Amino acid sequence: MLLQALGKIAQTLVVLFFVSVASFGLLKLAPGDPIQIMLGSEYSQESYDSLKTELGLDQPFLVQYADWAVRFVQGDWGTSYVARAEIFTYAFKEALPVTLTLASFSLAFAILIGVPLGVLSAVKKDTIFDAGSAVLALTGTAFPSFLLGILLIWFFAVKLQLFPVMGYVSPWENFWLGIYHMILPGLTLSTYFIAMITRLTRATLIEVMEQPYITAARARGEPSWRVVWVHGVRNIAMPLVTILGLQLGVLLQGTVLTETVFNLPGIGQMLTSAVLGREYLVVQAGVMMTAALFIGVNLLVDLSYPFLDPRLRARK
Amino acid sequence: MTERMTDMALPPVLTLRDLTVHRGAAKILDRVNLSLGQGETLALVGESGAGKSTIAVAIMRLLGTAKVAGTIELAGEGDLLALTERQMVKLRGQRLSMIFQDAGAALNPSYTVGRQLSTTLRRTQGLSTAEARKRAIELFTSVGINDPEGRMSAFPHQLSGGMQQRVMVAIALAGSPDLLLADEPTSALDVTIQAQIVRLILTLTRERGASCIFVLHDLALASQSCDRIAVLYAGQVVESGPAHDVLEHHRHPYTQQLKSCVLEIGTKTLTAPEGTVPSHAQMPPGCRFSTRCPRALPRCAGEAPPLVPLRATAAGPLDHHIACWNPE
Repeated sequence: MLLQALGKIAQTLVVLFFVSVASFGLLKLAPGDPIQIMLGSEYSQESYDSLKTELGLDQPFLVQYADWAVRFVQGDWGTSYVARAEIFTYAFKEALPVTLTLASFSLAFAILIGVPLGVLSAVKKDTIFDAGSAVLALTGTAFPSFLLGILLIWFFAVKLQLFPVMGYVSPWENFWLGIYHMILPGLTLSTYFIAMITRLTRATLIEVMEQPYITAARARGEPSWRVVWVHGVRNIAMPLVTILGLQLGVLLQGTVLTETVFNLPGIGQMLTSAVLGREYLVVQAGVMMTAALFIGVNLLVDLSYPFLDPRLRARK
Repeated sequence: MTERMTDMALPPVLTLRDLTVHRGAAKILDRVNLSLGQGETLALVGESGAGKSTIAVAIMRLLGTAKVAGTIELAGEGDLLALTERQMVKLRGQRLSMIFQDAGAALNPSYTVGRQLSTTLRRTQGLSTAEARKRAIELFTSVGINDPEGRMSAFPHQLSGGMQQRVMVAIALAGSPDLLLADEPTSALDVTIQAQIVRLILTLTRERGASCIFVLHDLALASQSCDRIAVLYAGQVVESGPAHDVLEHHRHPYTQQLKSCVLEIGTKTLTAPEGTVPSHAQMPPGCRFSTRCPRALPRCAGEAPPLVPLRATAAGPLDHHIACWNPE
């Protein structure tokens, strides 16, 4: 068990290495010159060259990569010219908490709304309720989240003035105000996931409800709510967690748009402004963090399997 | 055991009257009439698809979307088909319970067997957690599970097929039901364990004075272990009566075929009944066996024979019924 976990962690490091090489290379290929952007429109060739040497951009690719990697591992992620801050401190202290709050809110919405809706659709299979939830789910998957975000802001924040238009308050500092600020962005980002989880829950639960152990549970007089929630839902946990882990990538992608629409200073916004300002080091940091988050969560998903399905536990 | 005579003075525990089940256009049970006395064991035999299991599942009212007609009368409750689902939930596990074909699939893989048994005990007997645990260990002991305390925390996949079926028997008996429905409880097991499980179920139900319906496809096993036998063919009861009579003095050509099939396995020549059961679309309106029957008369295909009692003879009691125009 421990050995397995260690193996998985080693795998994770290898994947992160390849991600770093690929993103480092892609950034070099991207059009736009960071030095030009830093210097503005008027500069001399001398100052251009000296800045290039200072930043190490005159070195060969491999040297540049090795130089970056060594510093990166040591936590020296460089300085952001735009934010005028240490990238490491900024990323972990400012950006990451925002994105994590947004992502966990969306995930919570998705599970709290998607699972019960999916269970109800499965139980009321082929009724008007089921058809209605299918239509809603399809709309949810098809509707672009940035448009939904703008519509939500227009209706709930501007028209009804129920929620703040944008901005971020940390729930760690002011819990209720933090939640209040997260409701609209959380809903925006989670629409796709609510829809996806509803459909997934419905499909897997319908399959589970045809299993002999469900009939057997009914046959020994278990009330129908217990048959569904205790015997049925318990057995869809594994596919649900697996898909959620894999779809986390889509969620992190979604944070970029949602953070922009709601002006939340998270990793998404950090990445957007860094890409526009050609801040390679910041982009690189953002990519690495997102990749680590994605791989880390999927590692947790893998490690959770034995808890979700007793058949996967090591035999005594 | 086979000589146990049915005490007809006792009111029947269960009576099926014209039980008919449709699934879509197919009539999978056709006017089944059966009754079961207190403490009696009845075997339902026939080929696969004859509707044996359907009878058991219909009694539990767990057929889902299938259309069920007729009456299923349980002593003290009236017609089960007239009860609400809520009322049925109360009867399941308490007055009626069921043992399934494949115990491995009928146990929830996510919960320990101890938990599945003790929640049933807590619900049906109103026991506390500690009492239920104690009672569960007792039940595991009585169904022959060794190390019952250790097995409490085992998950279904950690047990052998025989042990899984013993757990199912314990769960089925947890609510002390009056009627136990065993749906081919041994077909997923090794031959050596099959006899043990059948004996276990019969001993435990007899000890508790419960009645039992055994779905089997082995006529010999049925006659050795049960009081009465009903032979089914394509959803109809073709012959029913005391086990000994049905095996030795059977009158229906289909029972003869089933029996000869069994006997010839003994002499190492395997013969199955000739032909196959017609599909529901091609089912003759009369006797459903007429397409394969060696004794079929012209009237058989068009006119359904009713299930009628045989005349009393010196050899057999009145209880023997057959549905045939040209009995042997």
